[in-house]
Amino acid sequence: MSKAWKFEDNLNTDEIIPGRFNITIDPLELAKNVFCEIKPEYSKKVTPGDVIIGGQNFGCGSSREHAPIAIKGSQARCVIAASYARIFFRNCINIGLPILECTEAAAGIQEGDEVDVNLATGEIFNRTTGRQFQARPLPDFVLKIAGAGGIVNYLKEHDIQELMA
Amino acid sequence: MGTLIEEIFSRKAGRPVQAGEILLLDVDYIMSHDNTTPLAIKAFREIGKPIHDKERIVLHLDHAYPAPNILAAENHKKIIEFVKEQELPHFHRQGVCHQVMLEEGYVTPGAVIIGADSHSNTYGAMGAFGAGLGSTEIAVAWVTGKCWFKVPETIRIELAGRTQPGVYAKDVMIHIVGLMGMDGGTYRSVEFGGEYIESLPMHERIIFPNMSTEIGAKCGLIAADEITLSYLQTQTPAQGPFEMIRPVHPRYERVLEIDVSQLTPQVACHPDVDHVKALAEVAGLEIHEVYIGTCTNARYEDLEIVAAMLKGQKVHPLTRVIVTPASDRIYKKAMKNGLIEILMDAGCTVTGTGCGACIGRHGGILAAGERALTTMNRNFIGRMGSPLAEIYLASPATAAATALTGKITDPRELLKSPFSTPQGAAQ
Repeated sequence: MSKAWKFEDNLNTDEIIPGRFNITIDPLELAKNVFCEIKPEYSKKVTPGDVIIGGQNFGCGSSREHAPIAIKGSQARCVIAASYARIFFRNCINIGLPILECTEAAAGIQEGDEVDVNLATGEIFNRTTGRQFQARPLPDFVLKIAGAGGIVNYLKEHDIQELMA
Repeated sequence: MGTLIEEIFSRKAGRPVQAGEILLLDVDYIMSHDNTTPLAIKAFREIGKPIHDKERIVLHLDHAYPAPNILAAENHKKIIEFVKEQELPHFHRQGVCHQVMLEEGYVTPGAVIIGADSHSNTYGAMGAFGAGLGSTEIAVAWVTGKCWFKVPETIRIELAGRTQPGVYAKDVMIHIVGLMGMDGGTYRSVEFGGEYIESLPMHERIIFPNMSTEIGAKCGLIAADEITLSYLQTQTPAQGPFEMIRPVHPRYERVLEIDVSQLTPQVACHPDVDHVKALAEVAGLEIHEVYIGTCTNARYEDLEIVAAMLKGQKVHPLTRVIVTPASDRIYKKAMKNGLIEILMDAGCTVTGTGCGACIGRHGGILAAGERALTTMNRNFIGRMGSPLAEIYLASPATAAATALTGKITDPRELLKSPFSTPQGAAQ
């Protein structure tokens, strides 16, 4: 069971982690300042397994991987958003931060709601309201990367050509 | 047959491709800088495979260069050691990465270039595919030479007419960002064309693909033409022949037609890039810092406009005015032609090249409660320092007019005066 932390549409990478903190690549150091300006209580109160809820165009802005790394470093279990900015989407898949795309869940889960997520099936259940949601399926090659825990792990075992096989 | 992106990707794939397909393509160049390379090195070490082709790797120091603190210095050290260890031939520290990529001839029509920087879209100005990615994918491309792409749908922006004096490409693009919103081009290729685009010199064209990032686009493209060719041949060491790839019977998801002839100067206002207003609506707002720099608007011609407007005058005594040329080549030309002296005599602080102030690292950081007007492409809260500062985006001419008065000022008011014309700077 996870607690939901809710964010608005068009949440940008500077809001996830301001540029001035990107001087380190240590996930735990980055996690200390994740969302520090828009939700300063997050890094103090987040518990492992909590869930980030975003709106449209989550993670827009910079290409910085520090943003998903900071979220992963905070030990959030996954991000559920209506849609993602494209670089952020790729970065999450590549570094192994699970993401789900579900417009209904993004609207139907509020801050503090208790949420169950099945990452394998994309099923999302809001315990607080009793509502069930289904995330959109991800393409096969994305699932291959996600299944390996990220692109780095995937490439240790596979040739990149196998992604498209 | 297809949109410009379909035509570019088809050549790379060696077969006709269409929007929606997923491709694994060879990339021509893989760009990263001091902010994103350390993470790529970490991923590279973890993958544990050798570099595929060092000729394709281009590294820059520009985001926090010269190092403003010890951590930045350690990042530089790590990158330099990596360059040495892997014997990488393309290592630059003479300006903002995207400008250096253009100047050094890496960007040619039809090239597929990925960069660990969101404004890698800039390369679309030369009819190349340029897109931003994260550091891990940069490391993947270092070892494989490849990257996966979904062929995007295309939004065509057809621009007609000519702008009035005092209105520039930056005003047009800010207007487009306001119309489309910051997610208006998400996952799309945004193709800019029409008689207005065709009439523009390269330094004005660059604004459109550069800021296509601000509407979420995967890439922003302008088809190469004679102007592109002339830029490549006279301004860069790139070797032809160059193929001028154009859309062929394209099917667009959407076409947006805009006539620029009645447009007035525009400002993207705090706190969002799509919070766009006609300058007249925010004229008179007090400005504490004017920053003229970045991959968007710090080219020689931009400095020329600013110098023409500031020549023989003084900037407002209480407004800090900072000018950061986009590259050393631009800086040297501006110095040689007397622009730097004009700017300094007017009270501007001219800094070394790089990205510093645009990402709140150094060279122009804002305090709480301050308001800046800049030629940047992005005004996220906290981007230039304090989260309690405000950032307004505009053209170099608007920046120069604002520098003189210390408040947001329409450049056309000053262009009317007899002592300054944009062409008169160096005479």
